[in-house]
Amino acid sequence: MSKRDFKPRVKLENPKESLFRLMSFIFEDYKWHCLVVFILIIISSMANVAGMNFIKTLVDDYIAPLVGSTNPDFSNLLKALMTIALIYATGILSNFGFNKILVSISQGTLKNIRDRLFEHMEKLPIKYFDTHVHGDIMSIYTNDTDTLRQMISQSMPQFISSAITIIGVFFSMCMISIPLTVLVLLMVVIIKQVSGKIVANSGKYFVLQQQNIGKVNGYIEEMMSGQKVIKVFTHEREAIDEFDKLNNELNNASYNANKYANIMMPIMGNLGYLNYVLCAIVGGLIAIYTDSLTIGGLAAFLQLNRSFSQPINQISQQLNSVIMALAGANRIFGLLDEKVEVDDGKVTLVNVTMNDGELIETDKRTGMWAWKHIHEDGSITLVKLEGDVRFDHVDFGYNENKIILHDINMFAKPGQKIAFVGATGAGKTTITNLINRFYDIQKGMITYDGIDIKLIKKDDLRRSLGIVLQDTHLFTGTIMDNIRYGNLEASDEEVIKAAKLANAHDFIKHMPEGYNTVLTNDGASLSSGQRQLLSIARAALSNPPVLILDEATSSIDTRTEAIVQSGMDKLMEGRTVFVIAHRLSTIQNSDVIMVLDKGEIIERGDHDSLLNERGTYYKLYTGALELD
Amino acid sequence: MIKTLIKEVKEYKKASFLAPIFISLEVVCEVAIPFMMAKIIDLGVEMKDMKAIIFYGFMMMVFSFIALYGGKKSGEYAAYASSGFAKNLRAAMFRKIQDFSFENIDKFSTAGLVTRMTTDVSNVQNSYQMILRICFRAPLMLICAMFMAFQIHSELAMIFIGAIIFLAIVLFSIIKITMKIFDVAFEKYDRLNESVEENIKGIRTVKAFVREKYETSKFHKASKDIYDIFTKAESYLVFNSPVMQLTMYSCLILLSWLGAKLVVAGGLTTGGLMSLFTYTTNILMSLMMISMIFVMMSMSIASGRRIAEVLNEKPTIINGTNPSYKVNDGSIVFDHVYFKYKESEEDYNLTDINLKIKSGMTVGIIGGTGSAKSTLISLISRLYDVNKGKVMVGGKDVRDYDLKTLRDNVSVVLQNNVLFSGTITDNLRWGDENASLEEIKRVCHLACADEFIDKFEDGYDTHIEQGGTNVSGGQRQRLCIARALLKKPKILILDDSTSAVDTRTDALIRKAFREEIPDTTKIIIAQRISSVEDADMIIVLDDGKIDGIGTNDELIKNNTIYRDIVNVQKKGGKLGE
Repeated sequence: MSKRDFKPRVKLENPKESLFRLMSFIFEDYKWHCLVVFILIIISSMANVAGMNFIKTLVDDYIAPLVGSTNPDFSNLLKALMTIALIYATGILSNFGFNKILVSISQGTLKNIRDRLFEHMEKLPIKYFDTHVHGDIMSIYTNDTDTLRQMISQSMPQFISSAITIIGVFFSMCMISIPLTVLVLLMVVIIKQVSGKIVANSGKYFVLQQQNIGKVNGYIEEMMSGQKVIKVFTHEREAIDEFDKLNNELNNASYNANKYANIMMPIMGNLGYLNYVLCAIVGGLIAIYTDSLTIGGLAAFLQLNRSFSQPINQISQQLNSVIMALAGANRIFGLLDEKVEVDDGKVTLVNVTMNDGELIETDKRTGMWAWKHIHEDGSITLVKLEGDVRFDHVDFGYNENKIILHDINMFAKPGQKIAFVGATGAGKTTITNLINRFYDIQKGMITYDGIDIKLIKKDDLRRSLGIVLQDTHLFTGTIMDNIRYGNLEASDEEVIKAAKLANAHDFIKHMPEGYNTVLTNDGASLSSGQRQLLSIARAALSNPPVLILDEATSSIDTRTEAIVQSGMDKLMEGRTVFVIAHRLSTIQNSDVIMVLDKGEIIERGDHDSLLNERGTYYKLYTGALELD
Repeated sequence: MIKTLIKEVKEYKKASFLAPIFISLEVVCEVAIPFMMAKIIDLGVEMKDMKAIIFYGFMMMVFSFIALYGGKKSGEYAAYASSGFAKNLRAAMFRKIQDFSFENIDKFSTAGLVTRMTTDVSNVQNSYQMILRICFRAPLMLICAMFMAFQIHSELAMIFIGAIIFLAIVLFSIIKITMKIFDVAFEKYDRLNESVEENIKGIRTVKAFVREKYETSKFHKASKDIYDIFTKAESYLVFNSPVMQLTMYSCLILLSWLGAKLVVAGGLTTGGLMSLFTYTTNILMSLMMISMIFVMMSMSIASGRRIAEVLNEKPTIINGTNPSYKVNDGSIVFDHVYFKYKESEEDYNLTDINLKIKSGMTVGIIGGTGSAKSTLISLISRLYDVNKGKVMVGGKDVRDYDLKTLRDNVSVVLQNNVLFSGTITDNLRWGDENASLEEIKRVCHLACADEFIDKFEDGYDTHIEQGGTNVSGGQRQRLCIARALLKKPKILILDDSTSAVDTRTDALIRKAFREEIPDTTKIIIAQRISSVEDADMIIVLDDGKIDGIGTNDELIKNNTIYRDIVNVQKKGGKLGE
């Protein structure tokens, strides 16, 4: 069962605090809007209550006195109707007004939230993405913001208007008849009791339904992704049998959950009628035997009675969705509260030209780079970017308590090719992730051209490193756009040149739209080999002084790799390169090969010297040891 | 589409009929209640007749209880029918997908199929329930309330006709305008979410290329777009509630004015006027409900269409008439075979393939990425059908066999092979559900899987996580081979299935094949020359064509591609050396 499928009902820790925070978030931009909406809602609800009270006046003051008169004078009635029409009109206008403003508030707030979420998310450290299920992050953007929209545009205004209506109606009822009002309150309490029972039952089955949905979804997911294996093993019958079992359980829970939800409305509604009948009988008795209630009064009371239980039901319904929205808001604020990547680096990367052996900063793209320090006294030092990377007694663990790289010492001189070999989990990828500061080390120091990388601005550090990752990630857009990701300013010609270098040009040419073929769904239409070629082209285009190739050619067959190799060689020329490769043939010509085991460098040297050592590398090379 | 879906109601037809019937009962009683109310006022309160009040009050209660009963029953039946319908839809889809060929599976993505079976089905379930309840309830309520209104005073009731026409026109114009905008809006919204998802998945790429600001500004632009279009759509929607109020209040005022005159003149009772007020609410609210149904239904239409797409998909590979249930031997013949994945494409993925493989042979296939190695072998067990020519197994065209028979005899270890959650034994028994533990141990020994299984604490009962993530790549491959062996196939195909296994174990597995299952035809696709060099026959594929066939020695002599590969792998040299 995947984690996101089953979400138990969240208990709110500090509902008040979340509500307050959400409100202040909305008020930031929409303080005055909210005030106006609040006032308009009050006006609209008051108009509504006034309309209900009018029925009493209509019967008692304008109809009853005239009954039986031969020449009735309706001018008073006309005046009264004009007044009420005016009140109604105000109500309608207010209603339109606040609804219209609410659209700006709700959509605008959603936009603010989305923008902030995304902006913040982009700044979060890689660790955040390692420790959170992607579906959970996604659901903050989709489910949680959606419930928020409902709350802002529906629940909150209804809440306010219902509350005002209840108060207005309650007072109006009291004015007409106190004993009848007491009766109504009594009935409301009873109805609440009954509905509470149903809700509890329904809730129990809804949780069960969610659990079963989780199970069925999990099963479907697993079977669908293994569908081809099912076919190959003609295992269809068994898969269906197992599915039927889960499907029936889900059906059962779903039936019960919906049953209770469905009978809620008729029960509540008809208990409302019962309430109505009781009022009619008791009210009738009072009207007949005492003078304290008029016919018009009774009629109006009965109307009010219906208007009283409705908003109460509404409030309890809205309360539920407010709680859900606040839970969503909590998750949204949770993401916004995550600590962003710290960047204390001051050293920046600048373009330079060489003039009489001296470096001079320039705005032009020169292909020559330097690190720029601004010292405290205002003086500036420029250090030419060479690509000299050193690890000095480095310890690292993803988790503070669990160190997985121990005392790593290594140096890469400018232009050298350094290779890492070792079993899965030996820490190869981890080492490269430390150079670009995806993660920060616990002990020791990493230097880049003699500068501690912690002093370099992260963006500039990463800009100076080209990475071809193990899993190529492609974005929705054309192939051209995807390669251009390496250098947004590159011209079409430069993109094609990079594609040729990576040997990707041939297959791109064969695509229906060539370089303009649109890739969707993470480039699912491409083979993993083709994706890697695109990734290499991307790195080639960014033209960095230091390259990190993390299993860059693992999905390309050896023959194609050999063809790509010439392009790769060109790409690697004059650069410091770190290579992680599964296939030993890929790294044989490296200047230094490091064999990693359980986070430690156990052997180092070039291909020949390592073979002569007859150690682990030798065993790997001769196939006596399994790599994966 | 609707026809396809409705077929799956099946055993829930009765409930589907009963739900609206009971809801009609509820509506009729509910509508009668204000009528009783009028009687209470006119005959009871005005005449000061307590008996009449009690009588009509009692009647009202009876009606109210009947309405409650009808409402409860219809709620239960609607829940029963709709959740059952959803169950049937899921079951029908799952069964259908089991009949899918590889071609069908390729057409729908895995994620797409999962959404169709989950989210889309719940959308349809909700709509179906709504149809059974509100779709009958609202119009019936409208009609009954109108009928009652006409009973009370037919001329006054004409006001409602005008109101209905006015409100209907306005509401439906709003819906029509906004639906169009919403269609576009939701598409944009989906795309926005997709781009968020891309950023989450590709965060390393984003950060490695320092594109945070670029992505953020892209997102800001998209989210501004969303804001604009949703604001536009909703600014039409905000007319809904004021227009509703306008109609309602106009009716009330008109009724008051005309009704008051009628009451004074004696043409209408006070109670009658009161009930008319109640019916105003009933009528206009049902109209509002009807318009809401339209909105919600049109949203689930897309879901329904996606489900119907799966249900209407024709499996491209089905059993022929009079299929054969026996495979004689493991011989394979490719006779002028042409194949392409998409009919619309010009170029064939496989062109004019001719092969004769004798039963019991070991055949190696080698070639670059995209040379169609996997395509070639997938034709043998009829995972795809040829476009031209024929593939024969055991002397018969593969299309003449019963599919199960064919696939039980041709065992394929796929390139992207998966294990399922369950114990090792559970997984292996996919090959043969009745296999004894001894047999399982034997095939594991053949596939060199026993050496690591024995080291596991729980041995053969070790639990495998979904996708087999808790064993290493090499271990997974060996388990998959063992699983395929358990079928005791006449033909065993390994599609790059030992790539993560070390060369020594790889050699041991091949040795075991040679000695223990000599009669089984073995086809091995590999990247590593060492995996195929001792085969009886090696096929070199290039761009969907056979570039050379022969033994290792022959190919080194005559085949450039093969020689290149050998050079690269054995000597670490470059091309052309």
